[in-house]
Amino acid sequence: MNESMDGGWSGGEGFRDYLARRGVTRRDFLSFCGRMAVLFGAASLPGGGRAFAKDVAERLSGAKRPSVIYLQLQECTGCVESLLRSGSSPVDRLVLEQISLDYNELLMAPSGTAAEEVLKEAEGRPHLLLVNGSVPLNADGAYCTIGGDSALNVLKRAAQKASAVIAVGACAEYGCVQAASPNLTGAVGVSDVITDRPVVNISGCPPIAETITATLTYYLAYGHPPPLDGNGRPLFAYGQRIHDKCPRRASFDAGQFADSFDDDNARQGHCLYRLGCKGPATFAPCATVEWNMGQSFPIKAGHPCLGCTERHFYDRMTPFYDRLPGFMVPGLGVEATANTIGIAAVAASVGGVAVHSAATVIAKKRAKKARPETLPLAVLGDTEKREEQDKKT
Amino acid sequence: MASERIVIDPITRIEGHLRIELEADNGRIGDAWACATQFRGIERVLQGRDPRDAWAFAQRICGVCTGVHAIASIRAVEDAIKCKIPPCAELIRNLVSGMATLQDHVMHFYHLHALDWVDVMSALKADPAATSRLAASVSPWPNNSATWYAEVQKRVAASAAGGLGIFSGGYWGHPAYRLPPEANLMALAHYLEALSWQRDIIRLHTIFAGKNPHPNYLVGGMACSINLNNQITVNQVRLDEMAGMIDQAKRFVLEVYYPDVLAIASFYPDYAAIGASSPNLMATGESAWSCSGAPAGGVFPAALLMDGNYGTAHPFDPKKLAEFVSSAWYSQPEGDRQGLHPWQGQTEPHYTGPKPPFKELSDRPKYTWCKAPRYDGRAVQVGPNARIMVAVAQGHAETVQLAKEGLGKLRAGIEALNSTLGRTYCRALESVILARRMDQWFAQLNERIKSGDTATFNKERWEPSTWPKQAQGMGFMEAARGTLSHWIEIENGRIVRYQAVVPSTWNSSGRDPGGQRGPYEEALAGGGKHPLLDAKRPLEVLRTIHSFDPCISCAVHVLVPGGGGVEVKVR
Repeated sequence: MNESMDGGWSGGEGFRDYLARRGVTRRDFLSFCGRMAVLFGAASLPGGGRAFAKDVAERLSGAKRPSVIYLQLQECTGCVESLLRSGSSPVDRLVLEQISLDYNELLMAPSGTAAEEVLKEAEGRPHLLLVNGSVPLNADGAYCTIGGDSALNVLKRAAQKASAVIAVGACAEYGCVQAASPNLTGAVGVSDVITDRPVVNISGCPPIAETITATLTYYLAYGHPPPLDGNGRPLFAYGQRIHDKCPRRASFDAGQFADSFDDDNARQGHCLYRLGCKGPATFAPCATVEWNMGQSFPIKAGHPCLGCTERHFYDRMTPFYDRLPGFMVPGLGVEATANTIGIAAVAASVGGVAVHSAATVIAKKRAKKARPETLPLAVLGDTEKREEQDKKT
Repeated sequence: MASERIVIDPITRIEGHLRIELEADNGRIGDAWACATQFRGIERVLQGRDPRDAWAFAQRICGVCTGVHAIASIRAVEDAIKCKIPPCAELIRNLVSGMATLQDHVMHFYHLHALDWVDVMSALKADPAATSRLAASVSPWPNNSATWYAEVQKRVAASAAGGLGIFSGGYWGHPAYRLPPEANLMALAHYLEALSWQRDIIRLHTIFAGKNPHPNYLVGGMACSINLNNQITVNQVRLDEMAGMIDQAKRFVLEVYYPDVLAIASFYPDYAAIGASSPNLMATGESAWSCSGAPAGGVFPAALLMDGNYGTAHPFDPKKLAEFVSSAWYSQPEGDRQGLHPWQGQTEPHYTGPKPPFKELSDRPKYTWCKAPRYDGRAVQVGPNARIMVAVAQGHAETVQLAKEGLGKLRAGIEALNSTLGRTYCRALESVILARRMDQWFAQLNERIKSGDTATFNKERWEPSTWPKQAQGMGFMEAARGTLSHWIEIENGRIVRYQAVVPSTWNSSGRDPGGQRGPYEEALAGGGKHPLLDAKRPLEVLRTIHSFDPCISCAVHVLVPGGGGVEVKVR
């Protein structure tokens, strides 16, 4: 069964359409579904084999599951683990109904030669490419090899025919912890080595599950990436600072701060700014989407934000428990502090807006250059439009 | 070696990048080499940083066993700066670690290991009504109706018709698959159920530690304040939610995971005699659940079984650890024959293998990024089977009773726990014990809260001005995959040396200077009898390698060079 089903059908077309292309009539198709019903012993079920066959036929006719290759390069697997926690697109629905996850080393059945063959076949078809992990450039790439080849070569081959490239997590974005000083392995991000097309960055160490799956489903729904900021990050997730939506924000504005973990102020749920919280400088959806199906997020649970969606946070946001510099004037009375902080916060917000506007301009410039919104995706069966596009340009 | 070697790369359904090279003849494995093919250098990154930040760096060694490196790290720091944490913080850490281990074990079995035993395509031929009867005969789990199994079957069949996706290229129909279609369907249904179970139960991390993967920890305690009269702190709403999660976790372990492992094992009894590895097993025991510094005391103390004598537990002595680099791509001033204690190493990455792309690694003396830790000169297995066997040797009543029951059902003796099936079975067995322990820890936490003791943080040693100018510390942890230890040296408030000795390093290590194989290699090549029917579809090898639950990002690490003038002393 795997032999006949696995070859030929590209995932860019409905299963029914594929069969039609192969000269299979509707009658043959229904008969096939009936045979499947027998094969599965469905006749003994409530509703009997006929209902089962009809159900299978309906599901198969509409099947359009784009092929996805999900590479894991130099990394810790935390980003795939995060994806598995998605509540908005549960992973079983994702891999069984929404995409055909043709290559992912954490989940796939085969190893070795068989895995390499699957990858080779998938690379030759239109596909979406998701990447976890960085690319180590030192020592000719020996710091991360897969199937005896360097992460760089593996990535380049998989990217060649990819309809879109999505870098998932801080390692794939810029190298994350292994790129922190002294970066022994020369780790860089995907967009540092795939330079001929836009790369979408889903920031975070790891990113929240739903930001990964929603970026993917956005592609599937609209055929182009969601609008991005200057670092290639989707605005729906990275358009605002955590600080802007933080449940402890009122305490910040009122000058109510925890001065030590678990002190009286911490127990009252007051602001963690003085304990080193990086929320005021971090663009991320932690306070809105929250983690693990909206359960909570670090600041809500009492720990300062580490700023893990910002580039090079292991060097730029550390020491983690030191205050963000230049953000307020400390050492005044409560009333004065509240006022001062109110002003400082406004100033910071204005600064944030200014920075953010600049980022948007850069994003627009990039977008214009690459026109990601208008690039039709072969993986969604949009090959004709793509050809037209290519002719025009 | 002139003969061409069989190469399996990538080994999938593991964490990290692992390559296995083999020699095989007449369907039997003659020799084996385990090659870790990724290096990141995180311990080196830690040099010069604030020790209170170390957990957040060390944690990123691995996102699957997320949390264990953070715990070991903060314990090492707390040991160095002499910080005691409040009882509530200890209980919260145990609950967080316990839930992580339960989640890790269940996901390992269903999502990383099951496809070695379960033929997904055969499941599509099962009779749902017969599957329902089979399921009801092994467990009271309520999702066992014919309608439910038919739905799962239909769903996977419809999906397979639209592309096999993660099941593409699987070894379906391989003669080494032995389950009847109904058992395959039952396991496949539980594969899918475990996917939703894991994301529900792990929310205990989110409440106590903000997120998962990579929850937040804190030197001196935990950052989550407990206040029953506040909206944002740990209050009754959160406690109620977590009681539900602990219950849900326990029920799945008792009614799905454990019975499934026993049911599937009964079709593969020969694997209780396949994959025997190094006859030395180490566990730091229950004491490692609540300690900083060297593990001591507890219901069953840290110990080793040595040289195949599974009845005698030898006390654990941290001075007897040494790591070798004779098969790994590192250089050290002492030369390759010298093993170094974690306090002593000055190791540098030094790649001497072929330039990628390459065909073979094991034709040279150095073939992996994984160093070779040894205890008193011996290669040592760590992990669930080591923990269970050490506990049995020490007469831990609960463990003895469960192991007796399980081994009775499998008609095997204690030595069978050192096997492919034994490692997989022990993971399920200790999940049962751990699920019960979760109830106890949670009850203790609630008792503390009731008594008015809600402190989660000790601030006495937070400021670096309160620390000694120079300090050394070690932190132990029984992680899902085995004994983990972190070793730190602090000088003037900064890290000058950091080292992690990791479970998968013990297990996936290569040869030491004496030519002794590491445990993965020994499990495949030790008796010369490990089966391998078809080199292109190495299902049997995957069974044995997966039985260790490899975590290769964890396994590979490097010592920070230079002691910065700190006197090296072994305690």
